[in-house]
Amino acid sequence: MTGTIPLQYFLIISTLMFFIGIYGFLTRKNLITMLMSIELILNSVNINFVAFNRYLYPQNLQGHFFTLIIIAIAAAEAAVAIAIIINIYRNFRSIDVDRVDEMKF
Amino acid sequence: MFYILAAMILIFSVLTVTSRKILRAAVYLLFVLISTAAIYFMLEYTFLAAVQLTVYAGGIVVLIIFSVLLTSHISEKAIMADVKQSLLSALAVGAGAILTLLTILKFTFIPSSAPAQPSKVADVGNALISYGRDGFALPFEVISVLLLAALIGAIIVARKEKDGIVLNKK
Repeated sequence: MTGTIPLQYFLIISTLMFFIGIYGFLTRKNLITMLMSIELILNSVNINFVAFNRYLYPQNLQGHFFTLIIIAIAAAEAAVAIAIIINIYRNFRSIDVDRVDEMKF
Repeated sequence: MFYILAAMILIFSVLTVTSRKILRAAVYLLFVLISTAAIYFMLEYTFLAAVQLTVYAGGIVVLIIFSVLLTSHISEKAIMADVKQSLLSALAVGAGAILTLLTILKFTFIPSSAPAQPSKVADVGNALISYGRDGFALPFEVISVLLLAALIGAIIVARKEKDGIVLNKK
């Protein structure tokens, strides 16, 4: 199934997804949507790892395990980020980055 | 099949970052993650695809939807950046994407024809606990400690303090 599709196609998809994520990170004002853009970026990196592993080094599983570990780190990161966001919301009644502009509590 | 998945990923990624309703953006993100899992299935990494479906699509998206519901009203529209800022961002992002794509298309990758390492669940499990060559015992243990620390930290940060309510009153 993978024989017909060149590796470049996977790289093109992941590149476009990565830059769409960066665009979202730059233009969004809401902390949760910024977190969603970060998830997009992490996901595009995972596609890269898996495609390289399958096409260039199919005798190893390094890319596979790297992706597994990135998924675990993304889960931990999302949990911590959402805890921080909920705490910010409790203190500021808002999660817009424009209104959360002081670090003093 | 691949082209359908690629189109789904790109369309729903764009919708994720441009949708004005936050809950809808979360659902579009769910579609992107499921399409990515389908790509892993296509590349015959079935365990990885299952992990993607359970952890990403099942765990993280539910967490995000819960936090959306906790912090904003359903009908609330997200505030978007003004035209100048989004134009500048689109310009920077487009330039970066074109540069990267040109570099990728210029490079010739030589696909390997070596026999594929089996990646069934048993092989993945054995590799995760073996500490010899091609073993990943150390990263596995480190990631488990990190996950525990992150979860405890998240609970402590999000906990409601007994006397902390006065903090936001100036």
